[in-house]
This record gives sequence, C-alpha cells and structure tokens, in this order.
Amino acid sequence: MERDTESQLARQLIAGEAGAFDRFVEYFRPKIFQYSWLMCGHREDAEEVAQETLLKVFENGEQLREPGKIRSWVFRIAKNACLMKRRKSIFAPARELSLDEFMPAKHQDENGVRMEIADWSSLPDGKAMRSEMRELLEKAIRELPEAYRSVILLRDMEELSTQETARILDVSDDVVKTRLHRARLAIRQRLDEYLRGNGAKEGEKTHGTAPAQ
Amino acid sequence: MEPHQHNDQCKEVFAMLSDYLNLELPPETCDEIEAHIAGCRPCVEFAESLRKTVDLCRKYQPKELPAPLGEEAKAQLREAYRKMLAARRA
Repeated sequence: MERDTESQLARQLIAGEAGAFDRFVEYFRPKIFQYSWLMCGHREDAEEVAQETLLKVFENGEQLREPGKIRSWVFRIAKNACLMKRRKSIFAPARELSLDEFMPAKHQDENGVRMEIADWSSLPDGKAMRSEMRELLEKAIRELPEAYRSVILLRDMEELSTQETARILDVSDDVVKTRLHRARLAIRQRLDEYLRGNGAKEGEKTHGTAPAQ
Repeated sequence: MEPHQHNDQCKEVFAMLSDYLNLELPPETCDEIEAHIAGCRPCVEFAESLRKTVDLCRKYQPKELPAPLGEEAKAQLREAYRKMLAARRA
C-alpha cells in the first residue's frame, strides 16, 4: 500500500501536478531523516542528509523513469549522502559478525542442558516500557558495524527487498541475506539481555514483597 | 522447556532462520525446518524471539523528527524541482 502511495507521489511529481512537490517532500523528508539519523548518529547530519538527498532527487529527477522504484532511488542517494557525512568516531568499529556469537548460551540444571533465552511470549507493554524498548533498539542498531546497520535499516525498517537493498549497497543478494540475519541476531541478543534483566528485577520485587509463610 | 542440546540440525536451522522468516527458502527447505521445529521447543522459542525482533524493527517509530523545513532550504528544493520539470519537458 505504501509502495502504491510512493509511486503515485513520484508520478504526480514528474507530471508537475499542483501540490505534488509539498506532498513528496513531506512524505520522504522524515523517512530519509530517520534512516540517516540511525546511520549517522547526529541530528544535524541527519537533517543535512535529508536536504542533500532531496536536492539530488530533484537535480537528477530528469532521469527518473520508473516511479515504482522511487523508494530505492531515494535511499540509494541517501546512502551516499550518509557516507559523505561519516564521522568515524561515533561509528561502531568495522568487523564481521559471526553466527556463533549469537547462538544462545547453554546451561546445565536438573533437567539437563537448556538454552538461555528470555521469555518473549509477552513483550513488556505500557508507554514507559515501549519507550525503553525503542531506545534499546536504537542503541542496538547503532552498535552494529556499519555494513550490518545499513542492511537492517533498508530491509527491516524501510522494508526494501533483498534485491533492492543489494543494488543500493552494491553487494550481492547473498551478502544482504547474510548481513541481515546477523544484524537481526545481534539486535535480538540485546533485547533478550534486556528482557532477562527486566524479568529478574520483577521476580525480585515479587519475592521481596511476598508475605512470609 | 525441555532439556536441550544444540545439535547440528539446530545449528542449521539457526543459520537459516531469517531466510525462513523472509520466505526466501525453497519449499523443501522450509518443510525440513518446520519438521525440525515441530519437535524442538527451544528452536521454536528462539525463532519466535527473532520474529518479534523483526516485528519491533518494522514497527519502529522514531522519537526524533526533523525540524520544520526552513524557508531557505525549501526554496532551494523548489528551485531544483522547477529545473527538473523544465528539463523533463524540454
């Protein structure tokens, strides 16, 4: 549905329809800002990237032939604008993530060997907790090496396809798949650590306030 | 949770979970994964936690929004757009 809206926005933009410019800018500017804010880490940089990206979209708009591909076109430009803004000091170090580091640890108890993972059956609800989860998610994304961060932002946040992401990042489809999986595992692990910590705290509280038998 | 020892099959499933969740695997591989998961509760729980992670990413709404677009920045974009339309019509 979102894709249809975007194609329509792009078609109206190309046709020079009344209001098309404002609608296009209003729609894409926050999207580019979100991506670049998570990529670059600085609000100022993210705003500049949004402006530079939109400017390039219009400057090169003459070549836009397929309105249906507007999202990947915009994000390819945004990716390049982010690279130009890179301030290495805030970036997580470039390194390869391996599958093994995300396989949950095992521990031995009276029932045998068990996997150590949190109870994900009901994620914490409530406004404060959702806000905490969002911050945690942002932190986990920022901690990812750049090559993984760009993949998860394009695939899971912007919901571009494997092929579109591969073209934007100039890598193969297989590289996108591998990096996406590891990025998701890394984020899952961070959230899992949080949920386990939280569960433990709640458990302590319950035990602490329970009347003595 | 049942006693669980990671075996080679768990590791194979673990390596393919994102492709599985993305429906990017051939049907026969999906069948194999589902057959394994049906009898392996830790793998089910892990797959569910990964699915929820993806879900959180997709539903993510940033707290930070860009500041309203300034007049000068908007004029710069509008001028580029005007040139774009002129070039397309030429």
